[in-house]
Amino acid sequence: MNATTVAPPWSADEMMTVTAARMLWDGCVCFVGIGLPSAAANLARLLHAPGIVLIYESGTIGTRPDVLPLSIGDGELAETAGAVVPLPEIFAYWLQGGRIDVGFLGAAQVDRFGNLNSTVIGPYQQPKVRLPGAGGAPEIAAHARQVFVVLKQSARSFVPKLDFVSSGGFLTGGGARRLSGAPGAGPQAIITDYGVLRPQAGSEEFALAARYEHVTAAAAVKATGWPLTVAASLEVIAPPTATELEALRALQARTQAAHSRPVQLPV
Amino acid sequence: MPIVTLTAAIADHVRDGDSVALEGFTHLIPFAAGQEIIRQRRRGLHLIRMTPDLVYDQMIGAGCARRLTFSWGGNPGVGSAHRIREAIEAGWPQPLEICEHSHAGMAAAYVAGAARLPFGMLRGYLGTDLPAVNPAIRSVECPYTGERLATVPALNPDVTILHAQRADRAGNVLISGILGAQKEAGLAARKLLVTVEEVVDDLGAPMNGVVLPHWVVTAIACVPGGAWPSYARGHYPRDNAFYIAWDEIARDRGRFTAWIERYVLGTQDFAGFRARLRADGVAA
Repeated sequence: MNATTVAPPWSADEMMTVTAARMLWDGCVCFVGIGLPSAAANLARLLHAPGIVLIYESGTIGTRPDVLPLSIGDGELAETAGAVVPLPEIFAYWLQGGRIDVGFLGAAQVDRFGNLNSTVIGPYQQPKVRLPGAGGAPEIAAHARQVFVVLKQSARSFVPKLDFVSSGGFLTGGGARRLSGAPGAGPQAIITDYGVLRPQAGSEEFALAARYEHVTAAAAVKATGWPLTVAASLEVIAPPTATELEALRALQARTQAAHSRPVQLPV
Repeated sequence: MPIVTLTAAIADHVRDGDSVALEGFTHLIPFAAGQEIIRQRRRGLHLIRMTPDLVYDQMIGAGCARRLTFSWGGNPGVGSAHRIREAIEAGWPQPLEICEHSHAGMAAAYVAGAARLPFGMLRGYLGTDLPAVNPAIRSVECPYTGERLATVPALNPDVTILHAQRADRAGNVLISGILGAQKEAGLAARKLLVTVEEVVDDLGAPMNGVVLPHWVVTAIACVPGGAWPSYARGHYPRDNAFYIAWDEIARDRGRFTAWIERYVLGTQDFAGFRARLRADGVAA
């Protein structure tokens, strides 16, 4: 990252996690993926949103893990869940049923309309890099009332044209999403290591709406593969508080300790 | 419904060219069964699985498959499934045809398969490029509202293989914890093989527990530890260290092949596999 001042005493991941956590509210029903989204959602639960409902695609509803899951189906998610349901139910009744407030997605690439690629770099038939694929994302992107995207910003990840559309954002912009029949409002924020991008009214193209204290808008523009618009009233995001950092670091430390315990199989 | 050895279950029920689904969504992954398929050198399989992770990395890298139907492929929480990637990117050890879905699409296809309906339906794939690369993803007009809805052909594997916590002596199977699409994949199949942690006198199933009754199960093998390195709730947790170690093993063709030869092809059965891992200081 192009810091203009001395690097702050927290990592880019920590800043992104805290920023994402702040966007979640008490009582919100959140469809969570592994990694940063899961850290952010649980941080929100531990701080300002004790009543947040976390749903993981493996079938756990209302889960309150003490440590972060390493995979989407970790036992911790089931043991601390309000209910564990079959996976087809999650996608049919809970997601397509319109019961999710916020879907949290990552990707390898995003374009100016918030469309996401997690499938392939290069042509589909002769891939340069074959990525894991869409998983639950296409229907989360379509059905969650709103979607938050978390992705580090660079000219390689914020591209003018995706190699493959795995999940639809605003498609070609200007109302194309509404015409597609997607029930949700689409991506409402892209949280990066520079700040937060939000869609502009009308065009639905993402613009830099807020930046972290220690970065400049010019640096964010430089880290974007399309000519990034900067909002006239660019906000500055407050740095993580001591409480936020302590809670996040304690959560990560508990997670680290739990996941490095050796496994004994039955004889 | 016989309780047999895993060796016999695979020998009797998995044929070259079959469509085979090993399900289990990060929990209860039938690793021992996948390795037995490698050991018996099955070829030309159409492998089906929502989340092809290490178990299909091993089977595809070992040359068992010609086709893969899936919705997410990687090493969960760690990174790439290197063997699957190399099969797709470079055709090694042989070209791999892919039939790619989203999770919601795969789930709908299993549900349709279990119900013996011709296709599953969802409000899905909206605005994505997946239908452009997978001609099996089509659409239908709702006869009531006129809405266009996505369709996926039913999945009816020749064989589905699951791992579960327990079976009773009559062959009724109980699964608890994270279920994935195991019940649906099991009921969609023509033949259903199940490996279990234990065989008990009394299943002790709660009234709404997920039970696959003995008359839908083709064969059961008692294989304690058979989901390692994934986990079996109530028996053992996921071996995260192995998932991380696999990243290095699978990254290189030679190292992968040596691992498969030493631990899978070079052992008689799952007990031999575990004994060799223990001898080498791996926590199995």
